[in-house]
Amino acid sequence: MATAQPAALERPVTRRDPLAARILRAVGKAPVHLVLVFVGILWLVPTLGLLLTSLLAPEDFQDRGWWQLFSEPARLTFENYDAVLTNETITSSLWTTAVIAVGGTIIPIFVAALAGYAFAWLDFPGRDWLFILVIALLVVPLQMALIPMFEFYNSLGDIPLLGSLAGFDTVGSLILFHTAFGLPFAIFLLRNFFIGIPKDILESARIDGASEMRIFLRLILPLGLPAIASLAIFQFLWTWNDLLVALTFGRETQPITVAIFSQLRAFGANIELIAPATFVSLAIPLVVFFAFQRYFVQGLLAGSVK
Amino acid sequence: MAGVTFEHVTNISAAGTGAVDDMDLEIEDGEFMVLVGPSGCGKSTALRMVAGLEDISEGVLRIGERVVNHVPPRDRDIAMVFQSYALYPHLSVYDNIAFGLKLKKLPKAEIDKRVQDAARVLGLEGYLDRKPRALSGGQRQRVAMGRAIVREPQAYLMDEPLSNLDAKLRVQMRAEIARLQDDLGVTTIYVTHDQVEAMTMGDRVAVMRKGELQQVAQPQELYDRPVNLFVGGFIGSPAMNVLEATLESEDGRLVAVAGSQRIELGDETLGARPALRAFEGRPVILGIRPEDLEDASLASEVGEGAHMRGKVLLREALGAEIMVHFTTDATAAVTDEVRELARDAGAEELADKAEREEGATLVGRFGARSRVREGDTMDVAVDTRALHFFDAETGLGIYDGDGAKGAGS
Repeated sequence: MATAQPAALERPVTRRDPLAARILRAVGKAPVHLVLVFVGILWLVPTLGLLLTSLLAPEDFQDRGWWQLFSEPARLTFENYDAVLTNETITSSLWTTAVIAVGGTIIPIFVAALAGYAFAWLDFPGRDWLFILVIALLVVPLQMALIPMFEFYNSLGDIPLLGSLAGFDTVGSLILFHTAFGLPFAIFLLRNFFIGIPKDILESARIDGASEMRIFLRLILPLGLPAIASLAIFQFLWTWNDLLVALTFGRETQPITVAIFSQLRAFGANIELIAPATFVSLAIPLVVFFAFQRYFVQGLLAGSVK
Repeated sequence: MAGVTFEHVTNISAAGTGAVDDMDLEIEDGEFMVLVGPSGCGKSTALRMVAGLEDISEGVLRIGERVVNHVPPRDRDIAMVFQSYALYPHLSVYDNIAFGLKLKKLPKAEIDKRVQDAARVLGLEGYLDRKPRALSGGQRQRVAMGRAIVREPQAYLMDEPLSNLDAKLRVQMRAEIARLQDDLGVTTIYVTHDQVEAMTMGDRVAVMRKGELQQVAQPQELYDRPVNLFVGGFIGSPAMNVLEATLESEDGRLVAVAGSQRIELGDETLGARPALRAFEGRPVILGIRPEDLEDASLASEVGEGAHMRGKVLLREALGAEIMVHFTTDATAAVTDEVRELARDAGAEELADKAEREEGATLVGRFGARSRVREGDTMDVAVDTRALHFFDAETGLGIYDGDGAKGAGS
């Protein structure tokens, strides 16, 4: 950006190519653009269909498709959403999902940030070997742990306090599982990001009188925000959309994915419930994504050294 | 405020380059001490040991009366200015400067007063709300200074704080830092590889080489009486010309012979360096600073015995003076020390070249009225009072009977 300005100042007029050349270039690239637009639309069709289906009036479900709404916009209704948002099962499972997703995002990322800082900047015996172990854990597939963890959580059930916090069929057990399997990648990513923070800054803070904890809170966390935010988005999406883990470890504890899954009937019999519920379940991660995506901005470190 | 004392301090953790070996140095309260030397000589390591960022393998380091070997950096009550400035990029200038004070839990009004005072002294008043990335290099450097000043510490540590500035700004900030240190009177240890900074800023200068202190003295003393060839070559710009020479006796007088050049030494030279007598008939290294050479036609008071003849290779007119590069039939002295200095200047191959070639190339700093031209053969007057002599084997300066002045004197 900085280099573009002087160039533009030097030759303000001639930089603009003639109209014909620009048209030619646009035409030349048109096939690529057309393909891209087509693929994009194709990708969005199911989502759009779901949205429109959820807006159909209940009596229309049997004999109309969502595409017919285009000719009859007046038949749009929010009745289904009213029904879903007052449905006890759906709202409580939404709440369960939120608790799991928030807990399963904040806890692993906070732990991983602490670990990442230690792996990046603190000297302790066996540091590199431990880090290699963490990387090795990246390749352990989650599915492999389902049965052992199922038995483990079951055995916790007999222990008074622990059982009710993290035993089988608790929110705690799901958060713990997501934490355990989110940690290796989170530690790996954050450690690699933190190690890029100039050493001088940390040394300067140490001389200024900061303890390690304060350096972590006042410098590492704010400077690591881009990495932490992108990690948070991925982890949140993963835990929010998880079905397999929740299905394995929950019976009464039902996140929204499990709730929708259990409502599935043959031939889309209760589509008036499933379509809006799915769309609600889908909208929240979208909102989260757009709220955090500005933190993807790089160059936060500009101006610190040199 | 307090002095800083090194007693046999050694650092071996920085293997290879940058280690410090058995360093003894006493920095007085309020003194401006410059550590200078080529890269990898251990000067930064020494500074970082004072800061607590580098381990002390052996010896005792004191700040004031307190032994700080195992005191963590935050409890040492020192402030450091980094070469990279190390500003906190997400904090405003104000918060950058106030960072250390907030950690000390000073009252808000006191923090504000100190930050405002520092900003006024450094001319940063208009920039307190800005982030570091919105500042120029010079401003960032001053923020780093401000961060150190407000702490009111026992000592300031500065690690090449000016080396990232352009030349003009560097000269200005050099004067500013020296003046600031004078006003504040706080003990300062300043690391640089720039001998001009060392000469102009330091109350005393400590020259280091390969982790060892070579000489600690006031700048003028370093210049006039370098303890060895390394210090002689390092201090002064352009660097001292060094030639292989032998001392011969002629009618009771000593003459330094280098190739066909014969430079007669006056009584004054011998009076200042009585130990020279013992080197009669032996090889020595003769050091001549460029500023002690002059176009013979401009220098009237120099006697006939102190002339050299040379052929002009290059003439660099600087306005107030002319740098004249000329060859003689003398041989350039190429020792380890000379090589190391050349390597630091990025010109090791020049030292190799000098070793292979017959004639030595010298640099003279002539008056602006000199009319010499490239290709001329000319007479060069030598100020014999300012000649330097070094033992060809040990590289030590030849002065009094014992041959050398010890470091730290």
